[in-house]
Amino acid sequence: MTYPDSTSIVVDGVTKEFTLRYHRTLKQMSVALVKGRDLSDSFLALEDVSFTVDQGESIGLMGLNGSGKSTLLKLVQGVMRPDSGRVLTRGRIAGLIATGAGFHPQLTGRDNIYLNAAVLGMTEQETRRKFDEIVEFADVGRFLETPVGNYSSGMFARLGFAVAIHVDSDIFLADEALAVGDRPFRKKCIERMQEVRESGRTLFYVSHAAGSVRKMCDRVIVLEKGKVGFDGEVNAGIRYLKYDDGAENEPDGQDEIDDEIGNDI
Amino acid sequence: MTDLESRRRVVDAPLANPSPTAGLLEVFRRRYLLKLLVRREVNARYQASALGFLWSYINPLSQLFIFWFMMEKIMGRGTESFAIHIFCGLIVVQFFIETFNAGTRSIVRNKALVRKMAVPREMFPVASMMVSLYHIGPQLIVLVIICLFTGWTPDPVSLLGFLLALGIICLLGTGLALMFSVANVFMRDVGSVVSILSNFVRFGVPMIYPFSMVEERLGSFAGYYLLNPIADAVLLVQQAFWVGTTQDPDATQAEHIPDHLFSYGFLGLGVGFVVLVLGQLVFRRFENRIPERL
Repeated sequence: MTYPDSTSIVVDGVTKEFTLRYHRTLKQMSVALVKGRDLSDSFLALEDVSFTVDQGESIGLMGLNGSGKSTLLKLVQGVMRPDSGRVLTRGRIAGLIATGAGFHPQLTGRDNIYLNAAVLGMTEQETRRKFDEIVEFADVGRFLETPVGNYSSGMFARLGFAVAIHVDSDIFLADEALAVGDRPFRKKCIERMQEVRESGRTLFYVSHAAGSVRKMCDRVIVLEKGKVGFDGEVNAGIRYLKYDDGAENEPDGQDEIDDEIGNDI
Repeated sequence: MTDLESRRRVVDAPLANPSPTAGLLEVFRRRYLLKLLVRREVNARYQASALGFLWSYINPLSQLFIFWFMMEKIMGRGTESFAIHIFCGLIVVQFFIETFNAGTRSIVRNKALVRKMAVPREMFPVASMMVSLYHIGPQLIVLVIICLFTGWTPDPVSLLGFLLALGIICLLGTGLALMFSVANVFMRDVGSVVSILSNFVRFGVPMIYPFSMVEERLGSFAGYYLLNPIADAVLLVQQAFWVGTTQDPDATQAEHIPDHLFSYGFLGLGVGFVVLVLGQLVFRRFENRIPERL
């Protein structure tokens, strides 16, 4: 099957199964065998999930805990591979997921910026060009030259965010982790996400917060126990999830968005 | 939809699998990241120590001194320049063991990255090999300086043998590290098994005994002993450095270095290559299950 040039993400009949292992040592396994218990079990995290996303669309991925959102995100990101079906993406992927993964506590903030940027697929020149911007965004001041092991958790998170958000990407993934940092920082993040959206990048946003999804997205996909339960217009999707309990109507002030984002976790 | 149309952006790239699939090739495509990962390991090792990188010179020097004192002065073994003989072996053995051990643990140790980032996972065993290779530098400098003091003159052919030895260990070590690193994800016992295997390696090569002794005891079976690529690598390094430090290099070469060593060396390189290919296949086969098992 061929897809038009405007297709950004293809998820085609994707199934992902996880093995749950109950017993790890030989002793435990033999005891379990004697007692006739199962040695392991498996469950389907995603079952025959299909959809395509056009370049420039912003998708809100919603669903209850354990519905497979994070697994789906990891498949799109390329960390995991589907057991059957296929995932295809066009262009570079970046995003606010696992920010700061791979930071080495003994290395300085500066070294970690270069390393993290390389992990995210940036070249040396690219990193150098954006270095000042990243530092300014992270706002860690003179801690830049000290090992990140000594950073406060907020600084650590900000540094991770700053790198991730400066990667030039065609697809931007965001997991519900915007709650780190103080209020001014959160505001900066939201502004930046809006910029990402307006620049025509595909946005893939996982969230529980109906308000911010309404603000950021123009399509909602709801996962239910690993299957696509709903795929379509935003308000209908939120209604489908019964997240729309009337308490939060269209939030318009920046502060309200702030609070919405804060509720993400 | 008009809103969407207005911010449409054209991406000039094919639709592709977001997860890296080219294996070791992908590692070389992303050598900049590889370089940074290696640098991270190297820098982290000497961080917060006053002497810093000097330690990597002090270590081999002290080892060499101990060998010289114990083996040549106290025990008085018959082999000439025995300290250098051992040290040549040690360079190879340590390179192999470090690659094998650190490589085996590399995926589990880099859990945070492996579970969350789409980097080619072969990157980590390869980086372990490069870090070990990097540590050969100081050892080699110490070795060359000591050898020059004892009247050694460089010989291009035998120095090529040294490079061949490094090549053998690179391929073999990386191949085994690939295989065992993925096994280590499923059963952490593998790390312990590898430590024990390393002990066998130390005694399975002509390091603390000369090869002439093997020939003497095993007779025609010594040919089988030479099928061990690591033993060939050790002998190649000894041929490059140790032989030249003895009184009569030609006699030493004839007595302690087997004939056709280069043929065995190239055979070992071939074996290393096969192991690397096997390692990649095994890795590819089980790689998909790594993130959920970590």
